[in-house]
Amino acid sequence: MPEISTPQRPAAPPRRPGARLAWIGRGFLALLATLAVIILARNLIQDPPLFIQIVISGLQLGFVYALIALGYTMVYGIVKLINFAHGDVFMVGSFVSFYAVTRFRLHTWPAAVFPGLPGGWVVVIGALTVMLLSMTTCVALAVTIERVAYKPLRDAPRIAALITAIGVSFFLEFFGALNFVFSPRFIPYQRPFEVVTWYLRDGVHRLTPGTAPPDGSITFSNIFLIILAASVLTQVILQFLVRRTKIGKAMRAASFDKPTARLMGINVDQVISFTFAVGAAFAGLGGVLYAIAYPSIWSQLGILPGLKAFVAAVLGGIGSIPGAFVGALIMGQVEALTMGYISTPMRDAVAFTVLIIVLLVRPTGIFGEPEKEKA
Amino acid sequence: MEFDLGFLLFSVLKIAAVLAWIYGLLWVLGQGSRAVKAAGIVLAFAVIQLALSLPLGGAPLFNDFDQGLLFQACAMAMVVLGLNLIYGFNGQFSLGQWGFYGIGAYAAADVTYRWTGGDASGLLVLGIGVLLGGASILGVNLLLRRFAGMPVLSAFTLYLIGSIAAGAAAVALGAPLSHLVAPLFGTSDTPGVLSSGPALQVVYALAVLFAGIFAAEISFLFGLPVLTLGSDYFGIATLGFTIVVNTLMINSDTILPFPEMKGGRGMIGIPKLTTWFWAFLFLVLILIVMRNLIHSSTGRAIMSVREDETAAKVMGIDVAAYKLLAFVVGSFFAGIGGGVYAHFIGFLSPGTFDFLVGFNPLIIVVFGGLGSMSGSVAASFGWIFFLEGLLRVILGQMGTEAPTWRFVLYPIALLLLMLVRPQGLLGRTEWGFLRAPETARRTPSASEITPASAGR
Repeated sequence: MPEISTPQRPAAPPRRPGARLAWIGRGFLALLATLAVIILARNLIQDPPLFIQIVISGLQLGFVYALIALGYTMVYGIVKLINFAHGDVFMVGSFVSFYAVTRFRLHTWPAAVFPGLPGGWVVVIGALTVMLLSMTTCVALAVTIERVAYKPLRDAPRIAALITAIGVSFFLEFFGALNFVFSPRFIPYQRPFEVVTWYLRDGVHRLTPGTAPPDGSITFSNIFLIILAASVLTQVILQFLVRRTKIGKAMRAASFDKPTARLMGINVDQVISFTFAVGAAFAGLGGVLYAIAYPSIWSQLGILPGLKAFVAAVLGGIGSIPGAFVGALIMGQVEALTMGYISTPMRDAVAFTVLIIVLLVRPTGIFGEPEKEKA
Repeated sequence: MEFDLGFLLFSVLKIAAVLAWIYGLLWVLGQGSRAVKAAGIVLAFAVIQLALSLPLGGAPLFNDFDQGLLFQACAMAMVVLGLNLIYGFNGQFSLGQWGFYGIGAYAAADVTYRWTGGDASGLLVLGIGVLLGGASILGVNLLLRRFAGMPVLSAFTLYLIGSIAAGAAAVALGAPLSHLVAPLFGTSDTPGVLSSGPALQVVYALAVLFAGIFAAEISFLFGLPVLTLGSDYFGIATLGFTIVVNTLMINSDTILPFPEMKGGRGMIGIPKLTTWFWAFLFLVLILIVMRNLIHSSTGRAIMSVREDETAAKVMGIDVAAYKLLAFVVGSFFAGIGGGVYAHFIGFLSPGTFDFLVGFNPLIIVVFGGLGSMSGSVAASFGWIFFLEGLLRVILGQMGTEAPTWRFVLYPIALLLLMLVRPQGLLGRTEWGFLRAPETARRTPSASEITPASAGR
């Protein structure tokens, strides 16, 4: 006689009494957020023009970071490599423009070739030429680095590529510090155009150079406008490139699944090189704009902005292009507001704290997609 | 442009001798009999001690410069062993090791600096602080056992509150206590009991130990939430930690209340207490701890997390706890290394703990071989003696720009190594003592695996 086993009730799920205590952690974060809001709100009420001025300087910083962060996020999205050398490509970009402007006076070529051209056009075409030269040089450099250093290691463990990236970064920094290259000194940077500053008070007025703006006014310069325009423009171009073109489709395919992309007839190596090239072009542009905005350059210029831009990319969700943009703007604001209201040396500390908190709340960044489980 | 070939050859010989010494030390420690081991340790200690002190044809074999390199290499080996535990054995890509090294260095230096100034508050506050901090962490841990499944952020908040309370209590207790013992230091004419040499040696040992524990406790607090992030995110967060620590060092006299650390100008006047005895002792102790940890079931659990987290979880391994354990122990080693470093160099500058320099331990670990303790030690010694010693001097003889050339040449070497041997020089091989013990290495033969034992 077969035994009739009574169907067993499914075991009760393990009790997790700690889950009820999630409010402690949330409360802690809420406390920090409240503190930050209180500090900001108090300062906003105390002196609104100063606050807006700080936000503008933060935006300027953030838009430059956005240009660098794009390269990090694209490269990471496609080869999962923290390309530490990217910041140094950025540095090379600013040095190329420095030599072009100071040594070869490249920005004045339209005036020499077309003597009848109005002054405004000369400046615009000249500055654009300098930027294009920097971008091209950076593209050549980045593609060389990719071919020489990273490509042979594509199937090696990831740490090998990472160590190589650190090595390339050190090489560029210290090779640049040699006297016959860029020299180890800080070099004052000559802008390819004049700075024009406006101030906002009952309308927009142009500030005469050498005078202080009236109290309670907000100033902004043409540098800020150029950086803003360049950053937004590259963002739009990149979105178009990635979403609408064939190579963009190939990039997305390669970042999704390289072996399958290869099977579908995509030349993955070429796509990777192209990704490095696009990132380097934006880094070169960023280098020129950074040097124009903060006109003092040296061979280790790229380290900290590069790092911040990478943090911005992580903050926004690495691999996501809008994420890099948003993350960079947040980083710029965090840095500027910390410098303005807490203390200048603590800006990196606060920036990294914000990063860690954001990652704890959203482990893949603001725009990041949740990681796929290993198959 | 003077180029001294004899010096070059002599330096290369020295590097070879040091590496052979490491191999010999590990070999003799791996011998079965206790007596041989003890004799071996004494011999290994004595050989270097003699080379440091015995004048051989006028000058000792290892001059002051070499002695500095030797101590630096010992400190670096401790840091790198810790990083190997975190990254090589546990698979957590950490760039924070340099920050913990700096914390250990500054904490230990502050204790002995104050002590030699007749002020026991450094030792008392740090000692009471790490003990109370450890007690509070254990207490909160016991409390949290009753709340399974607690979100990590909540746990972190509780640990943080406990640690801050412990720190405040330590400061409150340490100051009056130090006033109490102040008379024991005596005056400059009649030194008291506490200013004597032996007391200073004890304080040094305690300072280094407490600095290590301090670094470990900070790594616990930091690692608890941050280790839940994915590998690269963890790496970038720990890089941020190093940068934050460095920022605090630069502002130690303005943001932090430590005027004696002198912020960015650097802390001077740290008593040079590290002798070969201490450096050797700490290194050997760390080697023994590390070896026993790795070849225990705990060590196998740590390594299983590296191999496959999901599989480890399925085997019932508490992945989060083992990640934290490896991180804390690794940081403890870094803190000890920092204490040793601070007391031979006598001068701490925030530039030493810059995050760019912080890539060095990572590079050394990869150089020696991820997951090879012998590789870590050998690579640390080889690295310091070659890069800081030989290359600096040789290039120094060749021109003014030489220091920069050093950093132009070594990335190229790094690139070549990565191309030729990406698993590092030693791969995962171990030397002598650091090899798995016989009992663990023996795999059961087929006849021994019975269905009953296999099913167990």
